[in-house]
Amino acid sequence: MIKHTLHAARRAFSPGLRRFSETSGGDISEDVFEREGPPRLTKQASLYVHWPYCLRRCSYCNFNKYIPKENNDPIMTECLQRETETLLQLSQVSCITSVFFGGGTPSLAHPSTIAAVLESVSRRAYLSDKAEVTLEVNPTPVGKSKLEDYCRAGVNRFSIGVQSLQDGDLEILGRDHSSHQALQTVEEARRLCPGRVSVDVMFGRPKQSAESWENELSELLRVCDYHVSLYQLTLERGTQLFKQVLGGEVTMPAEDVTAEMYQCARRTLHQHGFLQYEVSNFARHKAVSHHNTSYWKGRQYIGVGPGAHGRFIPFGDGGVVREARTQTLEPDVWLREVQERGHGTRRRIQLSHLELLEEVLVMGMRMSEGINHKHWEWFSPQLGLHEVFGTSSNVQELLQSGQLILDDRGLRCSWDGLALLDSMLPALLVILERQISQRLQRDHTTRISNPK
Amino acid sequence: MSFSLVKRWCESPLIRRVLQFKVYRRKIQSYNMTYTLLRHRWMKRLPMFSSSVMVSTQTDKDTIDLSKFPVDRIRNFCIIAHIDHGKSTLADRLLEMTGAIATTEKNKQVLDKLQVERERGITVKAQTASLVYSHQGQQYLLNLIDTPGHVDFSYEVSRSISACQGVLLIVDANQGIQAQTVANFYLAFEAQLAIIPVINKIDLKNADPERVETQIEKAFDIPREECIRISAKLGTNVDKVLQAVVDRIPAPVASTDDPFKALVFDSNFDHYRGVVANIAVFGGRVKKGDRIVSAYLGKTYDVNELGLLRPDEHPTQKLFAGQVGYIIAGMKDVKEAQIGDTLYLQEQPVEALPGFKPAKAMVFAGMYPMDQSEYPGLRSAIERLTLNDSSVTVQRDSSMALGAGWRLGFLGLLHMEVFNQRLEQEYNASVIVTAPTVPYKAVLSSPKLIKEHGSEEITIVNPAQFPDRSVVSEYLEPMVLGTILSPDTYTGKIMSLCLNRRGIQKNMVYIDDQRVMMKYLFPLNEIVVDFYDLLKSLSSGYASFDYENAGYQAADLIKMNILLNGQPVEELITIVHRGRAYSTGKAMCERLKDSIPRQMFEVAVQAAIGSKVIARETIKAYRKNVLAKCYGGDITRKMKLLKKQAEGKKKMRRIGNIEVPKDAFINVLKRKDK
Repeated sequence: MIKHTLHAARRAFSPGLRRFSETSGGDISEDVFEREGPPRLTKQASLYVHWPYCLRRCSYCNFNKYIPKENNDPIMTECLQRETETLLQLSQVSCITSVFFGGGTPSLAHPSTIAAVLESVSRRAYLSDKAEVTLEVNPTPVGKSKLEDYCRAGVNRFSIGVQSLQDGDLEILGRDHSSHQALQTVEEARRLCPGRVSVDVMFGRPKQSAESWENELSELLRVCDYHVSLYQLTLERGTQLFKQVLGGEVTMPAEDVTAEMYQCARRTLHQHGFLQYEVSNFARHKAVSHHNTSYWKGRQYIGVGPGAHGRFIPFGDGGVVREARTQTLEPDVWLREVQERGHGTRRRIQLSHLELLEEVLVMGMRMSEGINHKHWEWFSPQLGLHEVFGTSSNVQELLQSGQLILDDRGLRCSWDGLALLDSMLPALLVILERQISQRLQRDHTTRISNPK
Repeated sequence: MSFSLVKRWCESPLIRRVLQFKVYRRKIQSYNMTYTLLRHRWMKRLPMFSSSVMVSTQTDKDTIDLSKFPVDRIRNFCIIAHIDHGKSTLADRLLEMTGAIATTEKNKQVLDKLQVERERGITVKAQTASLVYSHQGQQYLLNLIDTPGHVDFSYEVSRSISACQGVLLIVDANQGIQAQTVANFYLAFEAQLAIIPVINKIDLKNADPERVETQIEKAFDIPREECIRISAKLGTNVDKVLQAVVDRIPAPVASTDDPFKALVFDSNFDHYRGVVANIAVFGGRVKKGDRIVSAYLGKTYDVNELGLLRPDEHPTQKLFAGQVGYIIAGMKDVKEAQIGDTLYLQEQPVEALPGFKPAKAMVFAGMYPMDQSEYPGLRSAIERLTLNDSSVTVQRDSSMALGAGWRLGFLGLLHMEVFNQRLEQEYNASVIVTAPTVPYKAVLSSPKLIKEHGSEEITIVNPAQFPDRSVVSEYLEPMVLGTILSPDTYTGKIMSLCLNRRGIQKNMVYIDDQRVMMKYLFPLNEIVVDFYDLLKSLSSGYASFDYENAGYQAADLIKMNILLNGQPVEELITIVHRGRAYSTGKAMCERLKDSIPRQMFEVAVQAAIGSKVIARETIKAYRKNVLAKCYGGDITRKMKLLKKQAEGKKKMRRIGNIEVPKDAFINVLKRKDK
């Protein structure tokens, strides 16, 4: 760990320039990757930047976020920049295809911070002007007032945490905005980035009924842009809401009710021209999130900031396999580590071939289009989808019951099946593991019987 | 053996009734006593021997001359009591007091040493304690034979009792007579032993020895004047107990003139010295250097060391008829010291003693490794444990859901749980234990089947092998006679519980103005699972229960199947009484419903007799099961969860297209946890 760190830090000093050379990619128009195939796989990545601070704690949230004690924005900015450069250097990617500022509440960050990080990216890699740069926004008046500056800083897509249009619910959830403020923020965002605004909404909220949800969603659809992310509120241990539910102060809708809400939302969104392209994500006019899509397609990504996760091959470190990397969680510790050695990578786990395929499967199946043969082949050139899954009686049952589809396009869930994905994934993982290990054994046997 | 079971038991805070055993844990000295398994009737058969050996005057421990203890100055006795009535404390005092006769300080050291021994984790096996006691100028050898306290071990208690000529029946001055007091009393009474009632804990604030004496008079017909009131804790009147042992208990019947003949009743393994066998000498004498033969193996051994257990090993030159002690004779394997084996001198062969009849298992349960890869480990663990516990019967078994395993027979539920606990704790084996069943019998009517089985009556241990009604003229189920003692305020509740369990009241007496003693004839099956727990809870812990076997009775038994979407599940086949089929079936369906995870389709859980469904539960299909959000930072956690589920899936049993986790079977098959 320490050795690796020093190594990485040394490299971070070599001044980087924008790398235009190797690719024309990073455009949001179409997937370079799909056109150009596997060699690009390791040459590009998306970038996630985590802003860890919030003004207050939402009652349902157990995410990695901190209420800042003092204003250390300048140091935070400097460290985000520094780590971005270090990790870009380490990954040796030549092209950043998208950037996502998440949190925490990244709309608390000064627009200059966003600009600075994007500058750092451009210093070390090619970042197309057209590359998707998303910022999560808390729809408060302050947040709204900064949108224009964010655009100037390089943001070209907003993801707005509307969550609910019921003020009472917003209060229970501990949000610091009203529904009115949220709608105004959406409006402003749409003005600045037409067609590139996403809204987050939450269902399965305390005391919510399927009927009220349907009305709320219809109301939202009248004002929203081209992208909706739909999340079921999940009770997380250690949250205030969890305690309230445990104490009986708050009741959550039953499983059957939330299932109905989900199905109802899918239908409603569909009727309004929103295509579901992933379990929780809907877009019209093809306004999908490219950044998130690259997660589901199993591409490389670099995570910068406290607690951020990454998946990439640390070429600069002599690496040959993809690593699952996690940055240090606590902002103060992370800041110190970045200052001391250029980055705050806390954990590096090399992913085996099987583990990589497992992630490709699990993430890929979340998309409505599933995993196409080509997509799979990039990761598993030797063992096709049909070979892995086609012979299993378990899969056959799922195919017959109409939950799963395996055809010329690839492997995917049916409309019904997508809602039950987590019931199918364990079985698919078992099959994948079995097939891969059998393949390894076969290869081994062949090698022994046919010595070169 | 049973003692260490109890000890194990105590160490698990998870197990119910643990409090009742705590007393054993604290009182290490009592551990050092084992049950001598002498059979008094053999002794009685032998001619009376009057000692011609002169009493030596020295009592120094190291040069103890056992020849100075003729049979008439030997007393074999045990202490019987309900749990927590102070048996161990009294044993402590007896050890201390008799030890004090030799040397006071040394005695203290002995006790301290044992304490340390235990603290260091050295296993101190149950031992016999031979006490040297001076009474009216004579030295007596008192062999204190410990007995386990619990109902399950009444078999052991009766073995111990049969080795004695008398018992100390201890009753708590506060709690009075409890179910086990009664059960143990009858065992002793039927064996025609001298019974010395001892009322303990008279120092307690709420002690009411008067009342207990009344109870003893009423329940056991023993004159109240015979009761000795003591406080074992404070040592009050313990000397009177020792005097009573000498005065009221007859000497064993054995002869040193006969050829040497000894019974191996326990053994343990010492890394340096090999097998240490505990023996009871039935005739003649044995000394260091003698060549002895094991009747069981026909092998010859040289006696390297022998001596008394006081309770630690105390080497002597010889052991004489009527005495109890240990012997080390170069046996390398515990198997060579077969419990129940007879030892004799090479040049004087004797007829082997009948040994011990194998204990009759009354409660059967399947035991399976949690993971099949643990099978060999579990097998060797079971082998090692059963080596010293011949009362456990072992039969290989296999289940579609749980894989290869065993069907083990136990003396009772506690015995089973203790066994399981030991497996888990001492051998680190994770074990699935199925719900206990009892051995049913069927009287066959088909001549063909009778020929096949070689007998008209067959015993069915595995429900899957239950023969069809059409080939059977009668089914039989094992019965027990249960004794319940309780404050009379709970009588109504207890009676309805018993009625519910098909109990037939045989008797009901007030043993004093508040306590009532009830006797019920129960089908064993009805009390084997949760009866005791229910009884305890409805009486706020005041009722006590004990039972003894009462043969077999004809019963209207039927085989019940559990179906998942119409598919029968072999491992859930249950034999039930017709009258209990619905409630049992319903309960099983409910438990299955709770433990089978929702599937992508609806699952019907049914209990059926033949083709008739008698109970049903429905597991609704999943309508939504997918994580709301999954982005870059969520993958690691999500993968971890899914991989765990995938691992679990590998262990699931498929019935039709339904995936049933092993836990579901375990939840249905295992004993209900309270």
